[in-house]
Amino acid sequence: MSMKTMTSMERVLTTLGHQEPDRVPLFLLLTMHGAKELGLTIKEYFSNAGNVAEGQLRLRKKYSNDCIYAFFHAPIETEAWGGEVIFHEEGPPNAGAPFITRIEQIHSLKVPSVKESKGLQRVCEAISKIKSRIGDEAPIIGVAMSPFSLPVMQMGFDKYLDLMFLHPKEFNLLMRLNEQFCIEWSNAQLAAGATAICYFDPVSSPTIIPREKYLETGYLVAKRTISQIQGPTATHFASGRCLGILDDVATTGTAVVGVSALEELRKLKEIAKGRITLLGNLNGVEMRTWSQEKVEKEVRDAIEQAGSGGGFILSDNHGEIPFQVEDDTLLAISEATRRWGEYPPK
Amino acid sequence: MDIQKAVERLERSLLLLDRTSAWDVIFEVSSDTDPFETASALVSLTLERIGKDWEKGNLSLSQVYMSGVICEELIDQLLPPKSPTRIDQPNMGIAVLEDFHVLGKRIIFSVLRAGGFELEDLGHGISVNELVAKVSEKNIRVLLISVLMLPSALRVKELKEQLIESGVKIIVGGAPFRFDANLWKEVNADYCGHNPADAIRIVKQITSMS
Repeated sequence: MSMKTMTSMERVLTTLGHQEPDRVPLFLLLTMHGAKELGLTIKEYFSNAGNVAEGQLRLRKKYSNDCIYAFFHAPIETEAWGGEVIFHEEGPPNAGAPFITRIEQIHSLKVPSVKESKGLQRVCEAISKIKSRIGDEAPIIGVAMSPFSLPVMQMGFDKYLDLMFLHPKEFNLLMRLNEQFCIEWSNAQLAAGATAICYFDPVSSPTIIPREKYLETGYLVAKRTISQIQGPTATHFASGRCLGILDDVATTGTAVVGVSALEELRKLKEIAKGRITLLGNLNGVEMRTWSQEKVEKEVRDAIEQAGSGGGFILSDNHGEIPFQVEDDTLLAISEATRRWGEYPPK
Repeated sequence: MDIQKAVERLERSLLLLDRTSAWDVIFEVSSDTDPFETASALVSLTLERIGKDWEKGNLSLSQVYMSGVICEELIDQLLPPKSPTRIDQPNMGIAVLEDFHVLGKRIIFSVLRAGGFELEDLGHGISVNELVAKVSEKNIRVLLISVLMLPSALRVKELKEQLIESGVKIIVGGAPFRFDANLWKEVNADYCGHNPADAIRIVKQITSMS
């Protein structure tokens, strides 16, 4: 006999407690699709907090989503530091040219005030509006770039690797500045009504740096930062691998880890079981071309590999579903999750 | 010196970011015979191996990047850029279409130059029309495109349409192509590389055909 239907919040909290809820929770991490729902361009959509609040609420209803994703776009953070945001008609906004062009600039860099950033305040306003409408029915997920990964947008990936490997003094200084920003930004979202913060940290992935380097850099940054964020966090590697550091990630204080389609959920679950909840790992890029049968297979496989015992949220592997993924595919994922995700596992 | 042992020694040095010992290996090998040819062959083999290990998840992108940068510096010391002794090849260019994520381009640029090839850096954050103009201006015959974002990858189709009559070969690479194995065909690219080893192999293949 199946148990009573839970609210999204109950479902998510149960799985985070490594227990089996009524069914596997589904986090469709949709951002730009809200613009489509409201008939707006991506730029128009993100220019107003009310649009995003309304878009997210409609998306949650349409796809029976178990979360509200309050993420606007990554460069909204670098905009606060003085960077440029470049909008596209069919994709997420990009960060413009890096604003740290010389390593020496780091010495005079000033941490922006979250309260004085119009873009960041717009995100907080959207979170407040959503919270006032859904209360505790579903978790609202805020997003912050990790201090360790933000420099990719602040100074460019190649220059950042040069900094990390060749200029330890300036690297450490930049980390301290970014940590201060990340903590203030995360806590502002929590104060506005976010339930948890998704801590995006792709640079810490073994896809990008070796574990040894992670342990002396991104790991320490994560421990210092997460301990000062006043709510639960989910660490996301944005499609990067994490199997080789999953044991370490579990000791940073984070509750959830976003995992890659490049790794087997079964192997990840062996390490994560009872310690850290897995979030993933449907391939968002491929999802554009999935047939209904393919959706069914992918959803079923993921649940079969990682669903047992809770500690699993079905989601995409990147932390943002591409704008090109059709509504029918998203509906099929939602339906397949209800069909195959019921506990006890089929 | 046994080439296999030299490759292993060079790889070790590169992964430790030890320029001095990397230079020692290259110097030992190149002192025997034609210095540039042997050195670039050794470097190509080593970087191919490092690239394949990244693809398998055994190494990280930062190791691939730093190895390429070190080898590029060493090869430039041995043979300056634009030297006529470098490999005879069709004009090649590399660009990041539409966005500012330059790491992939920087890696492939270094790896190919370290392997003795010459190529033009056509920039980043560049639109399809701007890129077509640059390709024509510089008479590029082989165009390598690096992308990080899916919308940029989808733009390659439009680029190919504009370049089809000129016969320019397009090689694509980057995250969207790694996550969707059929995407390069969907956008009508001529080749797709997933790592520096693929880039070297494809460029050698095109060079041998021209």
